[in-house]
Amino acid sequence: MFMHFTRQVALAGALTMGALGLFGMPQAYAATEIQEVTSPGGITAWLVEEHALPFIVIEAGWEGGTLQDPSDKTGLGYMMAGLMNEGAGDLDSQAFQGELERLATNISFGASRDRLSLSFKTLTENRDEALELLRLSLTDPRFDQDAIDRIRGQLKVAIIRDAESPDKIAADAWYAAALADHPYTRPSKGTLETIATLTRDDLLAHCTRLLAKDNVKIAVVGDIDPESLKTLLDDVFGGLPDTSPLPDVAQAEVNPRAQLEVIQRDMPQSVVLFGHAGIAREDDDFIPAYVMNYILGGGGFSSRLMTEVREKRGLAYSVATYLYPLRHAALFIGQVATENERVSESLDVIRGEISRLAAEGVSAKELADAKTYLTGSYPLRFDTNDKIAGQLIAIQEADLGIDYITRRNGLIEDVSQEDIKRVAARLLGADNLIVTVVGQPEGLEAN
Amino acid sequence: MLKRSSPLSKIALGALLSTGLLLGACSEEEDQGTALSTEPVLHGQGPGAPETFELTNGMQVVVIPDRRAPVVTHMVWYRVGAADEPEGMSGVAHFLEHLMFKGTDTIPPGEMSKIVARNGGQDNAFTSSDFTAYFQRVAIDRLSLVMEMEADRMSNLVLSDAEVLPERDVVLEERSMRVDNNPRSLLSEKINQALFPVHPYGTPVIGWEREIAALSTENAIAFYDRFYTPNNAILVVAGDISAAELRPLAEKYYGSIERRAETPPRVRETSAAPTAPLRVEHADQRVRQATVRRQYRVPSYRTSPGLESEAMDVLATLLGGSATSRFYRNLVVGSGVAANAGSWYSGTALDDATFGIYAVPAPGHTIEEVEAALDAEIAAFLKEGVTQDEVSRAVNLLLAEAVYARDDQQDMARIYGVALTTGGTVQDVLDWPDNLRKVTADDVMDAAKKYLDLSRSVTGILKPAGAL
Repeated sequence: MFMHFTRQVALAGALTMGALGLFGMPQAYAATEIQEVTSPGGITAWLVEEHALPFIVIEAGWEGGTLQDPSDKTGLGYMMAGLMNEGAGDLDSQAFQGELERLATNISFGASRDRLSLSFKTLTENRDEALELLRLSLTDPRFDQDAIDRIRGQLKVAIIRDAESPDKIAADAWYAAALADHPYTRPSKGTLETIATLTRDDLLAHCTRLLAKDNVKIAVVGDIDPESLKTLLDDVFGGLPDTSPLPDVAQAEVNPRAQLEVIQRDMPQSVVLFGHAGIAREDDDFIPAYVMNYILGGGGFSSRLMTEVREKRGLAYSVATYLYPLRHAALFIGQVATENERVSESLDVIRGEISRLAAEGVSAKELADAKTYLTGSYPLRFDTNDKIAGQLIAIQEADLGIDYITRRNGLIEDVSQEDIKRVAARLLGADNLIVTVVGQPEGLEAN
Repeated sequence: MLKRSSPLSKIALGALLSTGLLLGACSEEEDQGTALSTEPVLHGQGPGAPETFELTNGMQVVVIPDRRAPVVTHMVWYRVGAADEPEGMSGVAHFLEHLMFKGTDTIPPGEMSKIVARNGGQDNAFTSSDFTAYFQRVAIDRLSLVMEMEADRMSNLVLSDAEVLPERDVVLEERSMRVDNNPRSLLSEKINQALFPVHPYGTPVIGWEREIAALSTENAIAFYDRFYTPNNAILVVAGDISAAELRPLAEKYYGSIERRAETPPRVRETSAAPTAPLRVEHADQRVRQATVRRQYRVPSYRTSPGLESEAMDVLATLLGGSATSRFYRNLVVGSGVAANAGSWYSGTALDDATFGIYAVPAPGHTIEEVEAALDAEIAAFLKEGVTQDEVSRAVNLLLAEAVYARDDQQDMARIYGVALTTGGTVQDVLDWPDNLRKVTADDVMDAAKKYLDLSRSVTGILKPAGAL
């Protein structure tokens, strides 16, 4: 009961999704056998059969997240995701949710910058009935006015609460500083002004544009065989339009110049985001960059930043860096929270470590240690049905190929000290960090 | 609905604050020594059925097989938490948890986590009021390595000021991040203080800032020497292993550790539940969105008679645990006075537990309106009663969570670890689904009438500074 404190903040966070989770398993690890299943109707999913537990998980992701919100209708994708399980077919919101509960089934949708995602989970004994609810939610959502108004109210509250959160304030400011007026800088949840104007017609039109067959990736894990899955795919997804008419989005230019913004808030501790351009997932140097980032700030207690900032100096509880390869913008972002008096010292230490890595690369031992961690920890991402489904989606969305998991550790093993030195020199720039600070930092001059 | 509200996600997220599965026992006796065997004993049946045994030094062992992936979650739980701290030393349990990573005679400071990482593993630790736990997740062929290091630091921890003092700064930063930078956490501290005015559950697990700042190396070592001993520890291993396979390793690494202290009785300074309705407020200029939260002081799984705790889990689910619960249906969907509303029961505690309710006013409504609506809803519920259908639906939801939890070896290890450190047994965990099925509408109403009593509660209001 009460609060539980852990020694280390989980590495997952708003900034990290997408950057993590794209890595394959050791070749020796063959327990996760992926089957590609295509239905008679032409819908493809990746399947991992697992009959030990009596349930199935379906994850699906549609390309076209909140960055596809029209500029005067920000919050549309987010609100739509919140309404997709609020009634469908003949079932209004309470009836639909009541059926989900009766069947102990979860159907939920989420909207990130790049995609709309579906999570579905049901017990084997309720599978057919639960899948019918899923089909209805995808193809015949009601968007009743009372549900729209209710979710709009919840969204308003969420927007107001975001304005209290130093992490969110810092992130919004950082994106604005880094990406100018690219759609990625639009608020995912919208603003109080934009969400007030969203209508049922907006939601219906957006739903039709976003949910199609040609922009979806599907992963299924659990107690189901391939033949049953084929039927399932046509039944559930077959009613979607063939194609999505979403417009292309321009690649973002990441601001190449150093910038410092301080947002004053009365808090004992400042929240600091720092970063600059990153590296695209399809870049040949992505894997070396990933290994490099593990050594710099991605590797929990083993990272250079954790050692220098936390272990040696006690400056912060956590410090971490991430590669964040969005579909249309590659970012490198780090975060630290430190007492106001020591923000400047923390940033000096961090800049020093970034410079040192860019100039000198990493030692043979650091590289070897990174490799044994990254290759050896891979099976830990495959020990639950939920996690396996998440991996299958990530690999599909990054278009890495169904054999990626057998190739991946080889790619890590192939990284050399020279590769890291090259990519560090190319990527890292201690002198062009975009920095946003929320708090009352001492000794920092905003420019 | 917006995604964070899904009741089924609670267990999947592994939140220890979750309702339900993390249960304790009803039995007053904790004399588990007589029931334990140094030979593995199978409990229940089926592929995930746990096995238990005991080492001759008194350390308990639980094995939860999950053969799907060649990985294992290795945890050591100590029956000590923040509620066992000496007066004036709040935060020492959690501080020691950090310091356990600072090395031994043979492992240099900070090196253990790095060794785990070099072997493809992940490690961490956590502290609550009633327990402290350390864990590693590794490939099965690295299990003995982490067992050796975990056993080593059970009795060979080496601390010096050079390591301890910077780590104290880290903990102070952790407190700033989790509490002082977060008005909602500040409200929680005030509520718990009022709800447990004498009992140590009223003290935050992370500690008061001024007491953390005064903690010394000697304080940490004294706490370690008193509580970190094999007879006060439980080994929980979940994953690709059986008791027969684990036992030789457990005997080799943990069985050879001598008892360093006798297990002290866990009797805390106690106080009765409030006898009059209490209110606390936290007004903060950082707050933009007001909320109301009320916590009732109620029995835990360990201290409640019969099926009372199971009934409270059901009550929390049907009152405010789902999108068709009373609160959501009537206050969010119906009258629309609340943007969100819910309830929870944190039933796993050695001493008293908390039943909580909360509501967030919908735009255009005030905190007073939403609190009055919560009160009216509870009054109507107590008057009208509950249908058997509502009870059955809530039980189904909780039972499904139990099935879904089996997907995650880490969750399973936590469920057993929490139970065994809060006065429960392995059998209690296994019996939980059947006990839930026995809960009747009368049981739920009896619990509601007994415990949803304003005079045993603290109501907390979070609001913007300057607001009336």
